[in-house]
Amino acid sequence: MMLELGLNQQPAHTRQGSSIGQPLTRRDGFLKVTGTARYAADNHPPGMLYAVLAVSSIARGRVVSLDIEAAKAHSGVVEVMTPLNRPALAVDPDAKDHPFMFRLDLLQNDGVRYPNQSIAVVIAETLEAATEGAALLSPRYETLPARVGLDGGKSFVPRGVGVGNPAVQEKGDVEAGLESARTRIEAAYETPAQYHNAMEPHAIVAAWDGDQLSIDTPSQGLAMAQGRIAGLFGIAPRNVHIRSPFLGGGFGSKGMISGPQVLGILAARLVGRPVKLVLRREQMYGPVGHRAPARQTLRMGMDGEGRLTALSHHARTTSSTFDDFFEPAADASHTLYASPAIATSHDAVRLDTGTPLFMRAPGEATGSIALESAIDEAAHACGMDPLEFRLRNYAEVEPMTGKPFSSKALRECYEQAAEAFGWASRPLQPRRMRDADGFLTGWGMGTATFPALMFQAEARAVLRADGSGLMETGAQDMGQGAWTAFAQIAADGLGLDIDQVDFRAGSSDLPNAGIAGGSGHTATAGMAIHNAGAAVIARLADLATGNEASPLFGAGNEGVLARGGRLYRRDDESRGESYSEILARAGLAEIEGHGKGAPDPASQETYAKHAHGAVFAEVKVDPDLGQIRVTRLVGAFAAGRVINPRLVRSQYYGGMIWGVSFALHEEAVTDRRSGRIQNANLAEYHVPVNADVPSVEALLVHEDDPHVNALGIKGVGEIGITGTAGAVANAVWHATGVRPRRFPIRIEDLLG
Amino acid sequence: MRDFSYLRATSVDAARQAAALPGAMLLAGGTTLIDLAKCGVAEPDTLVDITHLKGLDRIEIDERGAIIGALARMGHVADHDDIKSRFPAISEALWQAASAQIRNMATIGGNLMQRTRCPYFRDPSNFSACNKRVSGSGCSAIGGVTRGHAVLGTSDACIAMYPGDLATVLVAFDATVRLGDRHIRVDDFFLLPGTTPDREHAIEPGEMITAIEIPSSAAAHRSTYLKVRDRQSYEFAAASAAVGLELESDGRTIRDLRVALGGVATKPWRARAVEAALKGKVLEPEAVRAASLLAVEGAVDHGANHYKIELAPRVVARAILKMGETA
Repeated sequence: MMLELGLNQQPAHTRQGSSIGQPLTRRDGFLKVTGTARYAADNHPPGMLYAVLAVSSIARGRVVSLDIEAAKAHSGVVEVMTPLNRPALAVDPDAKDHPFMFRLDLLQNDGVRYPNQSIAVVIAETLEAATEGAALLSPRYETLPARVGLDGGKSFVPRGVGVGNPAVQEKGDVEAGLESARTRIEAAYETPAQYHNAMEPHAIVAAWDGDQLSIDTPSQGLAMAQGRIAGLFGIAPRNVHIRSPFLGGGFGSKGMISGPQVLGILAARLVGRPVKLVLRREQMYGPVGHRAPARQTLRMGMDGEGRLTALSHHARTTSSTFDDFFEPAADASHTLYASPAIATSHDAVRLDTGTPLFMRAPGEATGSIALESAIDEAAHACGMDPLEFRLRNYAEVEPMTGKPFSSKALRECYEQAAEAFGWASRPLQPRRMRDADGFLTGWGMGTATFPALMFQAEARAVLRADGSGLMETGAQDMGQGAWTAFAQIAADGLGLDIDQVDFRAGSSDLPNAGIAGGSGHTATAGMAIHNAGAAVIARLADLATGNEASPLFGAGNEGVLARGGRLYRRDDESRGESYSEILARAGLAEIEGHGKGAPDPASQETYAKHAHGAVFAEVKVDPDLGQIRVTRLVGAFAAGRVINPRLVRSQYYGGMIWGVSFALHEEAVTDRRSGRIQNANLAEYHVPVNADVPSVEALLVHEDDPHVNALGIKGVGEIGITGTAGAVANAVWHATGVRPRRFPIRIEDLLG
Repeated sequence: MRDFSYLRATSVDAARQAAALPGAMLLAGGTTLIDLAKCGVAEPDTLVDITHLKGLDRIEIDERGAIIGALARMGHVADHDDIKSRFPAISEALWQAASAQIRNMATIGGNLMQRTRCPYFRDPSNFSACNKRVSGSGCSAIGGVTRGHAVLGTSDACIAMYPGDLATVLVAFDATVRLGDRHIRVDDFFLLPGTTPDREHAIEPGEMITAIEIPSSAAAHRSTYLKVRDRQSYEFAAASAAVGLELESDGRTIRDLRVALGGVATKPWRARAVEAALKGKVLEPEAVRAASLLAVEGAVDHGANHYKIELAPRVVARAILKMGETA
């Protein structure tokens, strides 16, 4: 779909020449601040009904009865969907053909396997009637004891963790390395379950027309959602039309289509009318994924110079009883610090929860807070400054694989962030700094890293006789700025100014842009856009260079430059002509080109590809009252080519704030008797408020990477959370002398 | 949907009469009531909207004290120059409460009537046992998630914490709730749970808060509200203290001291033992810290909230010492 730009919503920094690298303001900003950006739940097709989920009170057991009569008798209620009348699906929702096909709860039976699982859907003329109808169902249950917590079941070693990594990996002899060490540390850390809590709840407006299905819903992966829905309903993917122009945050929870979204489609099918279904905040704690809790143990050995002789990282995590997703937390130790021996391992227990899913650096964030805390402990045990210790163990090649890095400007990140922060004056010992008000002041640091991933994407480019261009790819903007950054890449790819380019995204009817996840969207879809632009320019050049009437005749494709809507001879820039002239001469209204973005398998084999960064944190802790406040964060990040420094900085800010959130705020608290989460709302499930993050600075460190892709783009979405969480924890230690062992760090942990 | 009647009251008397009917509730800013209706705790048959009543939002201050109308908005009171100068703890408590959006809507009368954040109380569809909702149904919180629950004033029937900030200040300074012609001390307005946690306020059907009256005092003039919490804003107190201090002319002997605790008790909690222990004594840190321990005499924890017993006296001591430092 096309972004409906307001009249006075021209980009603030429109400029001639290259768009890439310019700090353009968000092209969708005007729509958002005026409330005219249309999110999924803002849609009201004619005849639409409202669907409300009835969800399970219990964690485990089965539904014995539902008072369907009472619900249907309520004025305005049209239908109640239960396992008895739910329309048939072409595929068992419990089938799993591949690791990323997650099992869904679609009323396939009366079983309950986690709290807030959908057990019925009430469809009514109004939201209020549907809500009351759901309450009137008064479910009765047969209840089994809930399995809760990191020791809530028998542990096992998963077959794979994350995206299929081995659960256990080893290089060198860790035990021997520990044995030979001059200094050793062993440290354990616990992190809680966390929930994505995007501001926009999962919402869907679904309308059937025969076998054509029209959907408005937020999606980080339109093509995957389209494929999954098509498979479930036994229709062709091209019959599924999903619009997702804006997401009010996703954080991984909108990567896969969730059960409640599919139930909205089923409800529309059942009643033969369009249906809207929006999750209530508390209903987001269950069926749409979460970050599993973890208990991590690290062991490190160091020689007399503070060099690691061994690094061992074990993570206990959890998954649901019915599906597999295991945070690869220990894998964080594969990439950052050089050690002759590294061992990572995972085990897991199964709990009566929804299935955990990708959430804001899944594995990397959890692993990083433990690794960076342990590195801090190790530095202290060696009597070394934490930055000096990190530099002493700087990895010149990827530690676990021995591969060279495609690029790694981490040293520059350390230098620039330390300088901006003023790290050099930090006392080595804790509890040495107080501010004028008597607060204990602490400085801590952490290293940030995130893999530079790419997926598969396609784009279609068009040049028109009027000299304008069109770029299409089904990209997803979840707030990161895709509408803007991709238009910048498109403008350069087409050799046009950005205001001459129509950029279309956010629809499954457009070419597959891959997933907006894994911090790989800009690289992946950006490369597809770049290549599509090159393809259509090549066609245009063919038209010109092959025509005797053109001043470019005979220059050959390689001999032509595209810029500002004109082609020029490379060897003589005074000879050129406009796109319009070329197309007019050829008698063509428009020409098109296609491009793909994908990782290069050869360079994948050769290089380790990661973005890096360094984060420094200052905290103040009230020595008597234990109250912790982060007063300053400085990060420096090197992540290849920066398409838009304004947006990139904003991504780093966001990531760093999530790091504060991880260290000090977020925790889903479970009632151990019922298995229910007791703070399933935004008043009690804490994320930082503005006042919690008074000063954040993100430095962009220059980095050229010739190997990741032709544009040199890595990814910036998730790296900020890594490094930061540990930096805050280490700053708390430096302020107080108390080493945080469980997260979030609470007042009671510091009362002493 | 569940139908209810909506009445717009045209006078205080009409509002009282309408609210006296079974199932009727007064509606002011709505920041508590609508929230509770959404989670199924409040199920009014009739809402009596009093927001259009004239004159109930006045703030009157003279040498005897302040009278704050029930419909004055939290944000308005917090920002009132005379409140800030003569009752600083009131302004500070209000500024640290809720969010700017809520403070712009919520009224002072409604603020007193705000109900506990106990997650079991607020979740009737998943936890049927709650003595505060249904007398005699039991308490789901005991044995459950209790980090935010009370350690003072609890009973076997209820451990729900009173979450408000303003009322903590009001009990410290002997404020009175005006229910029309009947006046009742704030300390008596809030009831201990005992065996009847469903009854939280000494207010009868047909009564309505019309104003709050705070008498002037030297202690109120030299007062503060210290709120300790897990995040900087939009968060209830882990422990808080309202403190007012009056010194003798020697500048070091305590003539009058007011101490009340928030975030730790089932109602706004006046710490008279702390006051008594320090009145007539010289203000010095060791004595203040020792006396502050009396604030949690008789406290009982339920596991995760144990830290409040440790924390509350420290908050009290800090607030007293901070007041001692001000000239």
